[in-house]
Amino acid sequence: MQKIYPNAEAALDGLLFDGMTICAGGFGLCGIPERLVDAIQASGAKDLTVASNNAGIDNEGLGKLLRTRQIRKMISSYVGENKEFERQYLAGELEVEFCPQGTLAERCRAGGAGIPGFYTKTGVGTQVAEGKEHKEFDGETYILERGIRADLSIIKGWKADEAGNLIFRKTARNFNQPMATAGKVCVAEVEEIVPVGSLDPDCVHLPSIYVKRLILGAPYDKKIEFRLTRQRESA
Amino acid sequence: MGWDRNQMAARAAKELQDGYYVNLGIGIPTLVANNIPDGMEVTLQSENGMLGIGPFPYEGEEDPDLINAGKQTISELPSSSYFSSSDSFAMIRGGHIDLTVLGAMEVAQDGDIANWMIPGKMIKGMGGAMDLVAGVKKIIVVMEHVSKNGDPKFIPECTLPLTGKNVVDMIITDLCVFQRPDHSSPFRLIELAPDVTADEVAAKTTARYES
Repeated sequence: MQKIYPNAEAALDGLLFDGMTICAGGFGLCGIPERLVDAIQASGAKDLTVASNNAGIDNEGLGKLLRTRQIRKMISSYVGENKEFERQYLAGELEVEFCPQGTLAERCRAGGAGIPGFYTKTGVGTQVAEGKEHKEFDGETYILERGIRADLSIIKGWKADEAGNLIFRKTARNFNQPMATAGKVCVAEVEEIVPVGSLDPDCVHLPSIYVKRLILGAPYDKKIEFRLTRQRESA
Repeated sequence: MGWDRNQMAARAAKELQDGYYVNLGIGIPTLVANNIPDGMEVTLQSENGMLGIGPFPYEGEEDPDLINAGKQTISELPSSSYFSSSDSFAMIRGGHIDLTVLGAMEVAQDGDIANWMIPGKMIKGMGGAMDLVAGVKKIIVVMEHVSKNGDPKFIPECTLPLTGKNVVDMIITDLCVFQRPDHSSPFRLIELAPDVTADEVAAKTTARYES
């Protein structure tokens, strides 16, 4: 079975439709599947529901799909860096479901693991708990949160082998790992594709079973939102 | 008079213990990292998937794949590890993190905290704050004692939407420190900043507390 596709457009062929739900990896602009986002933008697929921790910034990441009005609803924990998002949200053009970050990660992990719901203390006594089932365990109150299953997952990895075994790099792993499992189909873009046998099986972060389609997305021009440095002490 | 931002962070750092795993929020809490006592081993967690946050990188060594939860470039330590967001919040929700220090807009006398949204203003989202206050063993709030308008922030009941209910263990302001031994006890005024009197604290606080 050939998992490697020549480009993002080919890898998404037949997978996109209006009104679909997409799980997207990344944290801020770190580890975002930018080639796949570009291809979704070019496809014109609309009325999308996107589960992603953030919503990109203006003209970067999911910000591109917001600008073209292809997203109807976002499920996110933090959207602070996006002016177009703010405009659409305040104008009532964009629906937003704010979800605590850990709850979002677990909803996707659970969805991908065949768990339709789980109880958590996160959000008890807050707006997040409104309308949700409450249950007491060992004297503490928990709320029921639903697992997320999506039509499609799009993720960004560092290296993959030709079979689709994948590893991430540093904090670019973030939501990519749980999001990969939550979609009926996961399409991954990576910086390097290596022959089968070149990755240590003990060091695979995402086993090949989750990666249905794969593209080489390089070269990347990775963005930094807040560049902070320290001075070298002079010798 | 009172503590400045750095001194508030330094006061929070006094709550650290050797071997602690700690998550620091954005703003004043981040400054706690500069005040870890020499010889004490404290591991900082970043909720985007890292244990062992190192200092800001040297110029030219910034790595877009290595950022903290505030999306700032950071560096790694020999003891660092990386993991997914689901693993990160498993360790937070699972009670494995010893301490978190975070900012707040309001804290109520029963330990409720509000720090994520102001009705009528653009909502940015709660990020990981609700998970942290629900899961971490000890919650320290560091905040100015009064708002920019001079209104008390430690109050009988939060007016803003909550981040967590009955979760705060300690409050460090520019004027003083309040603490409670458990979540069914009231807060007690345990410390005053230099040149601050208990009367001044009382005048600027509407929450009930023991003194």
